[in-house]
Amino acid sequence: MNVNPLSLFTALGHALTSRLERLGLAARFALSVLRVLGVVFLRFGLIIRELYFSGVRSLSIVIVSGLFVGMVLAVQGYEVLQRYGSTEALGVIVALSLVRELGPVVTALLFAGRASSAVTAEIGLMRATDQLAAMDMMAVDPLARVIAPRFMAAVFSVPLLAALFSAAGVGGAWIIGVKLIGIDDGAFWSQMQASVDVRIDIVNGILKSVVFGIAVGLISVFEGYFAAPTAEGVSTATTRTVVTSSLTVLLLDLVLTVMMFRGLN
Amino acid sequence: MPKERRVDMSNEQAIMKIEKVQFAYGERPILDDLSLTIRRGEIIAIMGASGGGKTTLLGLIGGRLTPRSGQVIVENQNVPTLSKSSLYKLRRRIGMLFQFGALFTDLSVFDNVAFPYREQTDLSEEMIRALVLMKLEAVGLRGAAHLMPSELSGGMARRVALARAITLDPSIMLYDEPFTGLDPISVGIIGRLIKRLNAALGMTSVIVTHDLNETLRIADRVVVLSGGKVHCDLAPDQIRASSDPFIRQFADGLPDGPVPLHYPAQDYIKDLLTL
Repeated sequence: MNVNPLSLFTALGHALTSRLERLGLAARFALSVLRVLGVVFLRFGLIIRELYFSGVRSLSIVIVSGLFVGMVLAVQGYEVLQRYGSTEALGVIVALSLVRELGPVVTALLFAGRASSAVTAEIGLMRATDQLAAMDMMAVDPLARVIAPRFMAAVFSVPLLAALFSAAGVGGAWIIGVKLIGIDDGAFWSQMQASVDVRIDIVNGILKSVVFGIAVGLISVFEGYFAAPTAEGVSTATTRTVVTSSLTVLLLDLVLTVMMFRGLN
Repeated sequence: MPKERRVDMSNEQAIMKIEKVQFAYGERPILDDLSLTIRRGEIIAIMGASGGGKTTLLGLIGGRLTPRSGQVIVENQNVPTLSKSSLYKLRRRIGMLFQFGALFTDLSVFDNVAFPYREQTDLSEEMIRALVLMKLEAVGLRGAAHLMPSELSGGMARRVALARAITLDPSIMLYDEPFTGLDPISVGIIGRLIKRLNAALGMTSVIVTHDLNETLRIADRVVVLSGGKVHCDLAPDQIRASSDPFIRQFADGLPDGPVPLHYPAQDYIKDLLTL
């Protein structure tokens, strides 16, 4: 089969320009959301409601996942540490892994799958059934009433859920390491306390979560708001939220990790 | 242009004036130099073939769409040039009933009707309760205040949406296909409500519809769009008596005529024989 290089070039150019166009649209959308944030803070009840749907309802999946991830880390970490005779450092290894990396990243990924996809589907369906248009015709700005509260709920939820994920993970590691394997309880906690730095580890971990929350929140409301008003459109937007959020979180994690932890030691 | 076209509108009474409006979705033209004047207090029906620009016209009046050229004057304001805050001020005087109601699915019937009061006014909850019950009583659904939208029939949902649309006592009501998908009883109920509310609240109503029978019963004037222009602008009796082929096709539900059954395509035989 002959492929016309010109049409290939055209297709490539079209793909590139359409992606750039979408990126520009997302940037303008983000600015519009930022502009109405002040109004949303005056009606904090709207954010509380979304915090419940996005945050509270994600608690079970985040805590259970954190517990299991902590347990797996403990098993894997113990296998490696016992070769060097330093199994007491298990608490440190698990805590640093969770607070610096796995807590923020896995929580953001879980949040994208559990809450952000639901937000996209909800907003997309509101658009498909003219609910957003109806609101707009009632002189109520959908950006302030629907979009901004859901975005802010993600920004608040992800760091809080990441903290709970890490806490559950440390708990899981303690169950495996101390209760089942028999590592000394005091060594487990004291080494963790001595080696986990509040500014370098915990604050940086929280900063990561906030950035992930902003990214995941923005992607979910953007995809929902601009979803094609059809069943297929909403389904595509939901899938795109999960895929784009996951890739964005992993990319941002790399960038932030390099910025935060490079050359520390 | 058919000779029946009536141009007897008094500009002093005009609440809406659409002047030489052009609108297109991408390269597809929808409205082409369309001009129309709507007088205060009347019920005007906009009819025409699907894709003929009827709903687009409502979008232009409500400021949800912007024309390529021309003016859309509503209550002495040129809608396309309004800032967002001015547009929202104007929209507080416009109610709109969407095709399938567009009720907020996470709110009860009561909360749907209370929504504009809670968002746009500082009224107390006691006052809002009384007003909401009055609006629901007006559409016969006070007893359904506690239900969720998913528990309503199509006709009931449309009536709740109508109650919500009139909460702030608008001077203009826009109806987008208010009779679509309803049983004959519900069609009659919605038709009577439109007529009654228009008179009781002193509104001006613009109805986009395909339901000729109900429309001819309640409308003061029927505007038929074709090719992006006003094909004719007649009283209901004139529509009934019209011999215009386009109106006859529409009134009699004929499958073929000025509005062709077939989408433009190449020769049928040639198409079948092409490998």
